[in-house]
Amino acid sequence: MAVTIDDVRHIASLARLGLSEHRATAIVSELNTILSHMDALAKVDTAGVQEAIGVGAEGLPVRADAGPPFPLARSHDAFAPSLRDGFFLVPRLSTHESTEDS
Amino acid sequence: MSARSCAALRQETAAGRITASDTVRAAVARAREVGAGREGLNVFVHRDDADALKQAGALGERLADTTPGALLGVPVAIKDNIATLTMPTTCGSRILEGYVSPYEATVVKRLREAGAIPIGKTNMDEFAMGSSTEHSAYGPTRNPIDHARVPGGSSGGSAVAVATGIVPIALGSETGGSVRQPAAFCGIVGVKPTYGRVSRFGLVAFASSLDQVGVFGATVDDAARGLGAVAGHDPMDSTSANIPVPEYQAGADAGVKDLVVGLPKEYFPASLDPEIRRLCDAAVERLRGLGATIREVSLPHTDLAIPVYYIVAPAEASSNLARFDGVRYGFRLEGEGLRGMYEATRSTGFGAEVTRRILLGTYVLSAGYYDAYYRKAQQARSLIADDFRRVFESGVHVLFTPTAPSTAFPIGAISDPYEMYLSDIFTATANLAGVPAMSLPIGRLGGLPVGGQLLAPHFDEARMFAAAYALERALGEEAHR
Repeated sequence: MAVTIDDVRHIASLARLGLSEHRATAIVSELNTILSHMDALAKVDTAGVQEAIGVGAEGLPVRADAGPPFPLARSHDAFAPSLRDGFFLVPRLSTHESTEDS
Repeated sequence: MSARSCAALRQETAAGRITASDTVRAAVARAREVGAGREGLNVFVHRDDADALKQAGALGERLADTTPGALLGVPVAIKDNIATLTMPTTCGSRILEGYVSPYEATVVKRLREAGAIPIGKTNMDEFAMGSSTEHSAYGPTRNPIDHARVPGGSSGGSAVAVATGIVPIALGSETGGSVRQPAAFCGIVGVKPTYGRVSRFGLVAFASSLDQVGVFGATVDDAARGLGAVAGHDPMDSTSANIPVPEYQAGADAGVKDLVVGLPKEYFPASLDPEIRRLCDAAVERLRGLGATIREVSLPHTDLAIPVYYIVAPAEASSNLARFDGVRYGFRLEGEGLRGMYEATRSTGFGAEVTRRILLGTYVLSAGYYDAYYRKAQQARSLIADDFRRVFESGVHVLFTPTAPSTAFPIGAISDPYEMYLSDIFTATANLAGVPAMSLPIGRLGGLPVGGQLLAPHFDEARMFAAAYALERALGEEAHR
């Protein structure tokens, strides 16, 4: 299952990472080297073995769906770039047009 | 090494013989000394000396009205991936440049409630991905014993803060050995508690099923008191266990007379450095001399730990780190449109190792490869956890192994990513199985520290500490020469 340059371009796109051609080529080699060591797993008999779903046996406790009592030390407007109607407004992209109500 | 232990600082501060302000001033002076000049060790990435002194002063004013906390007057250092209110939390990454958390990690809150004073945030491999503290946006941290060598990682700054005597305890984090390996490389004690023993609320997520906050101590007792202060159930972390926390320092005189110590043969391969083997054998003989029963055991799936770890951890990281996109946190670089901004921000904000692991994680989770890699790794992880369960159910109380396959290596010596990953070969299993483990000094090779590792069943840190206390006392100064 060798990783190709197209695979790297695809996963970089999925991961929202911009890679130069030079870096993408280097990543092909790095991933293939790393994954060659993972091939040891293919030889392990895991028939009937449950996948680990975490290390605690009890599972996760469920709390009431009431919104967490999140202990913020500062109010939202102290660290949000700006707020409107209780929502965060993040900086507008320079490539997007400004609108009156932004 | 620290001149004053946690126990002594608490006692002397409570008795009024010293003040927390004087202790913090001394810690700050030592931090400046250690960090000064071109050969500075690069321990801290953020310090707020004025705020630390203010906290110490306030502690003094409250002293007469309150019961002394377990860590009264103890200065502490905090790894830079643990959220603090008065200092930035950047995870050693450019992408979180200047980010100050609006909430505080439970572990930091508990330290302060116990009377400790956080004095700074320590350097680390970016997002805790590394075994050498070379992969930080703030540059590498140096080993205090040989400045040309690494301190281990990823919690290298915290390890050096303790090893140089700036603080007697420090917080680090563990995903595959990031407390135990630097503890071994710097000649101090490092503890990774059971998964669920310590709250992860406020610990920036790397691989959520593996991450745990860990504690460094100058001695076993310092580490025991530090862990005792931060451990325990936290409703803010759904994976936090509601299990009582014993007083770990009660194990100081428990001894090892009825203890069965297992030596897993897979951790002593023929390829192990014979000098590390010799120091491990000497430590085991000490335990035997104290009355412990020594038994060879087998953890047959140990050789799968690195392949499993380097599939599971990057897979979880690729998801956890998706939130750093230039919109909500820290650094942003403009690009063509929204997608261009995401890609420009992330490719510039993340360093090479983080980028590599995000891509690896994305690959093993992607359609067509999930079954071959991720599902297979999660099944193999079950086999590794079963190995530990079987051995502990057979009557073994603790396991003893080397912590790392080598001593601290020179800065820049390891450029092959997989070779670096092998530094975690004896530590990653504990994270995959969720069991507690700790490293303590057992001697030196060519002047460089070597660590011995103790592992115990889930939530049995108390027995692990009892063995560590006994071994530390039996080795005495031998552990440091």
